[in-house]
Amino acid sequence: MTTIEQRNATVTPTAVRSPEVPESRQAGSPAVKMSALGINAFFGKTQALKNVSIDILTNRVLAIIGPSGCGKSTFLRCLNRMHEVAGGTMTGTILLDGQKIGSEDPVLLRRRVGMVFQKPNPFPTMSIFDNVAAGLRLNGFQNRRALAEIVERSLRQAALWDEVKDSLGKSGASLSGGQQQRLCIARTIAVSPDVVLMDEPASALDPLSTAKIEELIYELKNRFTITIVTHNMQQAARVSDFTAFFYLGELIEYDQTKKMFTSPDKKQTEDYITGRFG
Amino acid sequence: MTPDRDANYYWRKGKNWAATSFSLACVALALLPLFLIFIYALMQGISALNLDFFLQMPKPVGEEGGGMANAIVGTGILIGLGALIGLPVGILAGIYLAEFGNNPLGVAVRFMCDVLSGIPSIVVGVVAYVLVVLPMKHFSALAGGVALAILMVPTISRTTEEMMRLVPQSYREAGLALGIPQWKTTLRIVLPTALKGITTGILLALARAAGETAPLLFTALGNRFWSTSIMNPIGSLTVFIFDYAKAPFEDWNRQAWAASFVLIFLIFVLSLTFRLVTRQRYDHN
Amino acid sequence: MDSRLVQAPSVSTGTLQGDGMTPVPFGAKSAIGRLMPNIGDFVFKNLTRLFAIMVFSLVFLMAFEMYRGSRLTIDKFGWSFLTTSTWDPVQGVFGALPFIWGTVVSSLLALAIALPLSLGVAVFLSELVPRWLEGPLSFMIELLAAIPSIVYGLWGVFVMVPWLRITVEPFLAKRFGYLPFFTGAPYGFGMLAAGLILAVMVLPIITSISRDILKAIPNLQREAAFALGATRWEVTKIILQGAKSGILGATLLGLGRAIGETMAVTMVIGNRSDISASLFNPAYSMASVLANEFAEATTDMYTNALIEVALLLFGVTIVLNGLARMIVWGMTRKYKTP
Repeated sequence: MTTIEQRNATVTPTAVRSPEVPESRQAGSPAVKMSALGINAFFGKTQALKNVSIDILTNRVLAIIGPSGCGKSTFLRCLNRMHEVAGGTMTGTILLDGQKIGSEDPVLLRRRVGMVFQKPNPFPTMSIFDNVAAGLRLNGFQNRRALAEIVERSLRQAALWDEVKDSLGKSGASLSGGQQQRLCIARTIAVSPDVVLMDEPASALDPLSTAKIEELIYELKNRFTITIVTHNMQQAARVSDFTAFFYLGELIEYDQTKKMFTSPDKKQTEDYITGRFG
Repeated sequence: MTPDRDANYYWRKGKNWAATSFSLACVALALLPLFLIFIYALMQGISALNLDFFLQMPKPVGEEGGGMANAIVGTGILIGLGALIGLPVGILAGIYLAEFGNNPLGVAVRFMCDVLSGIPSIVVGVVAYVLVVLPMKHFSALAGGVALAILMVPTISRTTEEMMRLVPQSYREAGLALGIPQWKTTLRIVLPTALKGITTGILLALARAAGETAPLLFTALGNRFWSTSIMNPIGSLTVFIFDYAKAPFEDWNRQAWAASFVLIFLIFVLSLTFRLVTRQRYDHN
Repeated sequence: MDSRLVQAPSVSTGTLQGDGMTPVPFGAKSAIGRLMPNIGDFVFKNLTRLFAIMVFSLVFLMAFEMYRGSRLTIDKFGWSFLTTSTWDPVQGVFGALPFIWGTVVSSLLALAIALPLSLGVAVFLSELVPRWLEGPLSFMIELLAAIPSIVYGLWGVFVMVPWLRITVEPFLAKRFGYLPFFTGAPYGFGMLAAGLILAVMVLPIITSISRDILKAIPNLQREAAFALGATRWEVTKIILQGAKSGILGATLLGLGRAIGETMAVTMVIGNRSDISASLFNPAYSMASVLANEFAEATTDMYTNALIEVALLLFGVTIVLNGLARMIVWGMTRKYKTP
């Protein structure tokens, strides 16, 4: 599937435009965690993504912005094959640590590439503890002490521990919206994925909870590679290292966040960022 | 510590496979009786299904041949009686539920409809017996009709309601905004729009009532002779099936299968029509 | 409730009159139009309301009539009607225990067979089925529910019962004959036949309601589980967990249907009022005794006893259905308004 042309067509900010990071993938520079090469995605007959190529760098936050319906969520879902759950199909190649994904079981892939959704979706029938432990238990992880340890660690990392440590047995649905979303983040990172995908994780939350989530993303990027879809430009500017702008299913521009928000190359990007459309 | 992410992978895969297979097996097993019944009704029934079946009277015990003309007419009369009593009640109650039913009374009526539809049909037969047969002191087609009416009402009102609710609110608003009173809007705009769904829904309810046996056993009773009087006992297809199934004559057994085939065919066609009609949505939202 | 006059929609009749072009001011109509501009709406609304109330009262009318019709035996036997097993119309002694036993055992047997099958089908219809197959499959399950009871009975008598007598029951007796359930002569007609035919008949109800419940659970839940790396089955397990109470409701509805099912059971259960542990033995159910004996009941006491059996059936199914509907409604509402 991967042809030379496709490979070269990949937009690599590291190679082209980043003065901060010299020539791509040298020692000491952030390695490429995932690469998308010539991705086309379809829902039925409508094409949601057109030939999108992107590199996602290890321990960096990539923000994907663009107007509604531009394919940003679809792209995110392609990265851990969640688009299949929604009934979509995809062509093109996605590499994770240099290895092609798509032929193996998505179950294994999703262990390594976790996802946080737009609306908090804790399992309503499970307690807070069980929610965080859900992913591990699926794997047959039974050791109670180790489980408790991981649950605590994950909740601490999700900045939720202090708020729920006395009520771990309560239903996950009893928490506030912001807390639920952090619970979902804890649930995602409990299985120690390499990459965490976030699909507008703060769009259903109040400003205070949003600030907490953003802070959290900043903390988490030390341990995980994070890709976040957002329609909030300030949020993208605050939390991300790199920003990609999607429009009508195409990747218009991809660069360091600082550059994207100060002097984008493309007119469309500038128009969108300055609020002239979308 | 970091747990092994891929631990138990094959075990989990295996369980997934087993569960999927179980689910598929359940589907196969569940549909098996459906196919078997269709095949048997077709094979056994078709040989007895001729013009005589529809036009002839039952022959006396021991004689071959004959048909179920009186039972077919009887079932028709019973359904007609049931519809005469049940349709107005069911439809008007359904209109209330759809147009005015967002209140405690609506919730209560809807709840009762659902509960009513779960009452055993034989119990409805007993009620019709107490209400009609006891005062009249003899079995009659009328009593059977009352029983079938009681059985139909919950289905008819819920179907009417659901079909009317499918009509977009904007139609009602358009009518009201023209200054048309609500009752006219309902009868002239909403009801006609929903009419196809309501009609097929009602036909299906009638067909299912035609398949009822238990409530007729001690109301309409059954009659081997020609009768169209609603004050006398009357024969029906289902009661004939019941009697003929127990009989030790192969010819009668075959006729029971033929009658079953007719009933299944009726219900199949009407179910299919209902499904096709209700599948259409109203595009203008 | 007193606000019903006020509630009548305030859209006035006839703003256009005469040539239909000149607007006529409100109130310029007849006297009655001035007094009550919405007389049509008032009549319409209250007429339909009257019929809705009629439907609502039907249940109470039924209960009252059956109570009236069974007072003789209720007064004479009291609770012993439910706990004694002599049913002697000639002597005028009535105890319904064998029928209750037959109904309870055959219904539970049916549930034990149908519940796992129904859940398997429901899971298939809500979680696994390819889109093009969903419609036809649902339709077939619907048909299964629509086939008249008498046709099931006919099929039971001529196909299922011989199969049980010749194949299934001898096999069970040989393999599991040491269990009390599988002893005695294999008649074919009996409790096992009744349970089996009932299982086929309640399956579509449990299936379709469970499927509706499963489908009502938001996809967000499934996505959350998938994103954790759960397999299809593990996702389903989590979904089933959330649907537990709704499935209970579906099961109760199925139980209600099994308890009241008449014709098919009457034709295959054997109609003998024995209480026996063996599933091979003929038995009798409450609905079958009504079907077989009601038309021939000669004395008042006999008729009253049978009506009491019907009242009992009525009470049990009302309670089961009411409970089940409330559970199912609550369940679907919970997910509709998040």
